[in-house]
Amino acid sequence: MTKVRSMTLDRPAPEAPALARLVKQAQAAVGGSLPEDDIPLYAPRRKIYPQRVSGFFRRIKWAVLIVTLGIYYFLPFVRWDRGPFAPNQAVLIDFPNRRFYFFFIEIWPQEIYYLTGLLILASVALFLMNAVAGRIWCGYLCPQTVWTDLFFAIERVIEGDRREHMRRDAQKWTARTYARKAAKHFAWLMVAWWTGGAWVLYFADAPTLVKDLATFQAPFVAYAWIGILTFTTYTLAGHMREQVCLYMCPWPRIQAALTDEYALNVTYRYDRGEPRCSAKKAEQLRARGQPAGDCVDCLQCVHVCPTGVDIRDGANVGCIQCGLCIDACDSVMAKLGRPARLIAYDTDINIKRRQDGLAPFYKLVRMRTVLYAAIIAIAGGIMIFTLATRETEGISVIHDRNPMYVRLSDGALRNGYTIRIVNKRLKKREFIVGIDGLPATLIDFVGMPPRPDGRQLVEVGPDQTREVRVTVTDYANKAPAQSTPIVFKLIDVDTGETAEMRDHFFGP
Amino acid sequence: MAEEHKEIDALTGTATTGHEWDGIHELNTPLPRWWLWLFYLTIVWAIGYWVVYPAWPLITSSTQGVFGWHSRAAVVTDLAELQAKRGPMMAKLAGASAAEIAGDPQLSDFARAVGRVAFADNCAPCHGSGGGGGRGYPNLNDDDWLWGGKLGAIENTIVHGARSTDDKGHMGNMPAFGRDGILKPNEMSAAADYVRSLSGLSTEPGADLTLGKKVFADNCAACHGPEGKGNREVGAPNLTDKIWLYGPDKQTIMQGIQNGRGGVMPAWGGRLTEPTIKALTVYVWTLGGGEK
Repeated sequence: MTKVRSMTLDRPAPEAPALARLVKQAQAAVGGSLPEDDIPLYAPRRKIYPQRVSGFFRRIKWAVLIVTLGIYYFLPFVRWDRGPFAPNQAVLIDFPNRRFYFFFIEIWPQEIYYLTGLLILASVALFLMNAVAGRIWCGYLCPQTVWTDLFFAIERVIEGDRREHMRRDAQKWTARTYARKAAKHFAWLMVAWWTGGAWVLYFADAPTLVKDLATFQAPFVAYAWIGILTFTTYTLAGHMREQVCLYMCPWPRIQAALTDEYALNVTYRYDRGEPRCSAKKAEQLRARGQPAGDCVDCLQCVHVCPTGVDIRDGANVGCIQCGLCIDACDSVMAKLGRPARLIAYDTDINIKRRQDGLAPFYKLVRMRTVLYAAIIAIAGGIMIFTLATRETEGISVIHDRNPMYVRLSDGALRNGYTIRIVNKRLKKREFIVGIDGLPATLIDFVGMPPRPDGRQLVEVGPDQTREVRVTVTDYANKAPAQSTPIVFKLIDVDTGETAEMRDHFFGP
Repeated sequence: MAEEHKEIDALTGTATTGHEWDGIHELNTPLPRWWLWLFYLTIVWAIGYWVVYPAWPLITSSTQGVFGWHSRAAVVTDLAELQAKRGPMMAKLAGASAAEIAGDPQLSDFARAVGRVAFADNCAPCHGSGGGGGRGYPNLNDDDWLWGGKLGAIENTIVHGARSTDDKGHMGNMPAFGRDGILKPNEMSAAADYVRSLSGLSTEPGADLTLGKKVFADNCAACHGPEGKGNREVGAPNLTDKIWLYGPDKQTIMQGIQNGRGGVMPAWGGRLTEPTIKALTVYVWTLGGGEK
């Protein structure tokens, strides 16, 4: 039987850049250049062994990692007292009761537009970040980046740094190799499991759920979600890593279309770096008055890169702009006694300007940054305003579908409505319901006798709604029009706050 | 066996299967291993499924599966759970009279919810989905009742029906005065005009209301009352109000006098459970026209 290796993600990578080699082979075979559409589309994966690095951007990344993961893992345990009628968890998505709690904010399902507003803010903030300094999101904040970074760190601790890890992988695998691999995967799975575990805590009272999970009394769905998120975290951060950024994520494509020439990007300053040559050769060349670049071609920038790109090839889709190559290059430059920031947040415009002997030029205030900031300010302002002034009571009305109207024995007309009264306060409230628009009406509350003092009040429990059926009878002598617009008015008897809903009174 | 076919395709560097059609070689690109393993896993899963769940049809039955799980049994379990959840309220409903139910807001809410569903299942075909009625089928939202609008009367009508097969059901027909030769056409016409005049509707020019009044007193008043206000004992409608079961126009009234009327409502006594009937009673009573 012919044994042909199937194409799998874990297949060992060919030595040279595989695509180029395949193209070369194919060209040799056909004896000439290939038509463009015959170039193989599949590039086998090259396993990336990112090297440890330290420096300014690495410290920022550690800080962001600690803060974001700290928030993610511990936020469910933060308490927030709301009184006896609401949970005391600061952030809680309460599906069974259809509520979302975020510190002092409580969102009802019909207020889901706040989520829309939040998504608008998030996307425009992403655009603004991009306009200012490229893929800040990708490099520092994206969960894929943060968790992959953490998984890389674990890998380096257990399997050794780049060189050691590569050497061990290339050697014949011993029991120790397998033990190390097993330890690494176990550690990854633990992190992934904790990640899934923290996720479900946002959907139920966290301390209770932790106890229930430990005693196997939590609902099945909790275990299922922990399992799913453990699997996705382990797969995405442990195995797929940069493949997610390269092939799965739409943002690099959108980002490339949204960027402009003034956006700062992690840039190799080729005006300073080229031509590349060793430190010794550079000295000789410079002594002879010939041009010599600062780049010594040490490949440190490539070795520390989590996505395996060479920043010196220019801006490209694979680069998540985490700045680690800046740190790597700076440390090399420091050893060589050359100025730092051969790789830096910069623009191609500035490279050209330096080549022309002009001072670099940074333009932060541009049409797009102003526009994005304005959208953020407006959308955020609207959200804060509506949140601050939103009503804590509401009324909705449904007219009976059948019958549309009822003729009573004395000729009067009656319409039936189902009304729902909303009380968003965390205390019991009493309301009066009235009608505007018909001269002589009587409202009957079905199954709800008036108080002993004769007042017809509707009591609604804390943070609840109440559905009430009412009949409205028109005693005016003249028959009302086929359809008369009316307004249902809701009044809180204690505070006088009102809510309104328009509807119609139908006649023959 | 296929060693001799180990031919490498120049363009892609991939081995071929040795198959060739008109110079086109088939590349040997096997399915990815992860895919194959998933496929094998589904086969294993299927076998497990056959063992665990009812699967293979036999001549008269089917394999039952080792757990004895059955979709029908699952439905029964779900229904039992639902009954258990409703249990306490249903028990309260069964133990209380319709009047007690209507007086207890919580129980009344529950009864109306149960009643609404029961109404849609059983009553809506004639009375309309909201109890709005139709020609010949009373509107249950208004304040006019053929057989009484108090809780007890409504419950009685639901249990025993009207002109139904139940001996205790409401009885009483409107006779066919014309068809049976009791009244002459001119008497019927006069009576119809008189009936319209009772609720203030216009009469035809030249209508003999004196004759009409006499005919009414002689023939109709026995059931509809001397003033035409109806009689709930026999289901005779009030002819002086604005509500007409069949229609207020003279022709319709004439048809009624000619051929008689007698709408039938079935008896629901043995067909619905007692709590359901109580719930229906409260629901219908609260539709808008319930009498204290």
